[in-house]
Amino acid sequence: MLRARDSIGMVDREARGRLLIAGSVALLGAAMLLSLSVGPTGITLASLPRVLVALFTGSDDAAVAREYLVLVDLRLPRTLLGAFVGASLAVAGAMMQGLFRNPLADPGLIGVSSGAALAAVATIALGNTFAAPWVKIFGVYALPFAAFFGGLAATFVLVSVAGRHGQLMVGTLLLAGIAIGALAGALTGLLSYTSDDRELRDLTLWSMGSLSGASWPKVIATLPFAVAVALAVPRLVRGLNGFLLGEAEAFHMGIDVEATKRLAIAISAAAVGAAVAVAGVVGFVGIVIPHVIRLIAGPDHRFVLPAGALLGAALVLVADVAARMIVRPAELPLGIIMAAIGAPVFLHLVTRRGIGGVE
Amino acid sequence: MLEAKGITVERSGRKLLDDVSVEIAPERVTAIVGPNGAGKSTLIKVLAGEIVATHGDVLIDGRNLKSFRAAELAARRAIVPQSTFLSFPFSVIEVVTLGASVPGFDQNPEHSKRIAEDALSDVGLTDFRDRLYSQLSGGERQRVHVARALCQLNTGIRRQGHTAVLLLDEPTSSLDLSHQSLVLGEARSQADEGRAVAVVLHDLNLAAAWADDIILMSSGAIAARGPPSEIFRDDLLSAVFGCQIRANIPPPAGTPYMLPHFLRSGPARPADREAEAGSKHRSIEYAADQRGTAQVRD
Repeated sequence: MLRARDSIGMVDREARGRLLIAGSVALLGAAMLLSLSVGPTGITLASLPRVLVALFTGSDDAAVAREYLVLVDLRLPRTLLGAFVGASLAVAGAMMQGLFRNPLADPGLIGVSSGAALAAVATIALGNTFAAPWVKIFGVYALPFAAFFGGLAATFVLVSVAGRHGQLMVGTLLLAGIAIGALAGALTGLLSYTSDDRELRDLTLWSMGSLSGASWPKVIATLPFAVAVALAVPRLVRGLNGFLLGEAEAFHMGIDVEATKRLAIAISAAAVGAAVAVAGVVGFVGIVIPHVIRLIAGPDHRFVLPAGALLGAALVLVADVAARMIVRPAELPLGIIMAAIGAPVFLHLVTRRGIGGVE
Repeated sequence: MLEAKGITVERSGRKLLDDVSVEIAPERVTAIVGPNGAGKSTLIKVLAGEIVATHGDVLIDGRNLKSFRAAELAARRAIVPQSTFLSFPFSVIEVVTLGASVPGFDQNPEHSKRIAEDALSDVGLTDFRDRLYSQLSGGERQRVHVARALCQLNTGIRRQGHTAVLLLDEPTSSLDLSHQSLVLGEARSQADEGRAVAVVLHDLNLAAAWADDIILMSSGAIAARGPPSEIFRDDLLSAVFGCQIRANIPPPAGTPYMLPHFLRSGPARPADREAEAGSKHRSIEYAADQRGTAQVRD
C-alpha cells in the first residue's frame, strides 16, 4: 500500500487532494450506475428509456411495469440510501478521529453504532408497547430519530467516561467504547430474545447491516440528516484541523473549542444514527475510507471530509452490489462484505502504525 | 500591554498561583524563571486565556481577556506550547500553515503560504518544509511550533494601538546552543517590532542574555521582578532555587552569569555533601537543566 512517508514532497498534497476529490466524484458516479444496473433480475439501465417513455405515455405493458418497479421503486432508493449510509459513516468516522485525535475512532468500534442500533431495535421490539407513543409522534421518523438519540447517548457516555480535565484519554476511550458496545449488544440480544419471528428477522438484519429494506419513505426520512451533515461539514473543517494539534492549541489558534466539539459530536451521532436506522450496523467504512484518504492527501479535513463522503458512498454501493450478487437470488448482509474489506485495513493500521497511529 | 491583576489559580484546594500581578510590556522580552513547580507554565496559560483564573483578571490593552472571542484573541496573541503530539501525518509546512487558518483571518492561500514560508525560514527550517512532523527531533518540533506561532501573529491584521503578544513556554528546552540563540533572537526581534514577548526559561543565563525584564517565581508567587542585573543576585537566587548560586557580573559586558555552587568548587567534598544534604537533590535537578554550563565555565 502507498505510504505517505515515501511519497510526501514528491507531489503537492494540495494538488493531490483536489485530484482525489475529482476522482472520487467519478468513482461515485460509476458506483451509482453499477448499483442501478446490476441485480438478480438481470434488468439493466438499457431498460431506462422504455421505462421513461412508459412513465409519460402511461403504457400498461407488464414487462415495462416490472422494469419500472425494479429500477425506480427498488434500485433507485437503494442506491440513494447506500450512498447516504456510506457518506454518513465515512464522514462520522473522520470527524470522530479528528476530534479524538485517534485514527482508530470508528463509530462502529467505539460503541456509537451499537448505541444507535440498541435504540432502533428497542423501537422495533417495543413499538407496540412501551415505545408506542414515540412511534405515534414521529411516524416514519421514529426509527431514525431513535437511532440518532441512541448514538448520541452512547457518544456522551463515552466522552464522560474517557474525558479527564477536558482531555479524552485515548486508551480509555477505546476500552470504554468496547464496553458500551458489549452492553448495548447484550441489551439488543435481550430484546431479540423476547421478540416474535417477524421482529426477529428485522433485528438480525440490523445487527449485520443490509440495504435490502430500502424504500422511498426511508430515503425521505434520511433527507434532513443528509442536509444537516452537508451543512455542518464546511463549518467543521477548520476546527477539526486545529484539534489535530490538540485541544489547547486549537484554542490558541482561535478555534471555539467547545462549539466545535458539540457540533462534531452531534453531527457524527446524527449521521451514524440515521445510517444505522436505515441500514443497520455497517462497520469499518468510517475507518477504512479516512485512512486511505490520509495516505493519499494527508490529514487536512478540507480533503478528508468531502472525499470521505464521496468515497464512503462509492464503497458501500460497490459492497452492496457484491452483497446482492454473490449468492443471488439471496442476499448477504452488507456488514459481512464490509468486515471482509475493513478488517485487513484495521489490522494494517494497528500493526504498522501502532495503537493510536503514533509512530 | 498584557496585564495580569491579582491572579489566583486553585486546583483541588491547592493554590498554583497566589495573587500574582504581572505586566508584559510591548517592545520588551520578559523572561519568567523559577524552580520546577513555581507556577511558570500556569502563569503563561493564564496569560494565554487557556486557564481561567479562580480570582483576578487578565487584560490586553485594558480589555479583559474574557470578553474576547477565541478568533479575536488569536489575532492578538500566539503561544508556543511546551510539548505537542500529533496523531496524524502532517508535514512541517502544513503544521505551520495551520497558524494562518484562524477564523476571520485573511484567507488568501498564496498570502498565507508566503507568511508560513517566511516563518519557517526565520527558525531555520526551510529545508524541512515537506518532512513529516513525526520524523523530526524534539528540537526541530519546537522550532516548528515557534514558526506556527509567528505565522499566526503575522497573518493577524495589525491595528494601531493593539498590542500583539507572543508567549513561549520553555521554547529552548530541547534546543542546542545555536538554536537556543536562534529562537530567542527571533523572540527578541518580535519585541523589536513592537510585540509583547513573554518566555518561560529554565536557563538563567539565557534569561540574563536575552530578556529585558525578569519575573522570578517561587511557590506560586512572584519572588522578585526587574531587570536581570537586579534580580540575578546571589542571595535571591540561592534562596529561591534552594541551592547556592553565584551570579558574577564581569565588568566589561555587564551581563550577569549564574554559576551553581557545585560547578564552581568542583566535585563536592564529603564535608560539603553533609552540609548540603537538604538541597542536594535540587542541585542535581538544576544541573540537568543547565545547558549552558560549558559557556559559563569559559
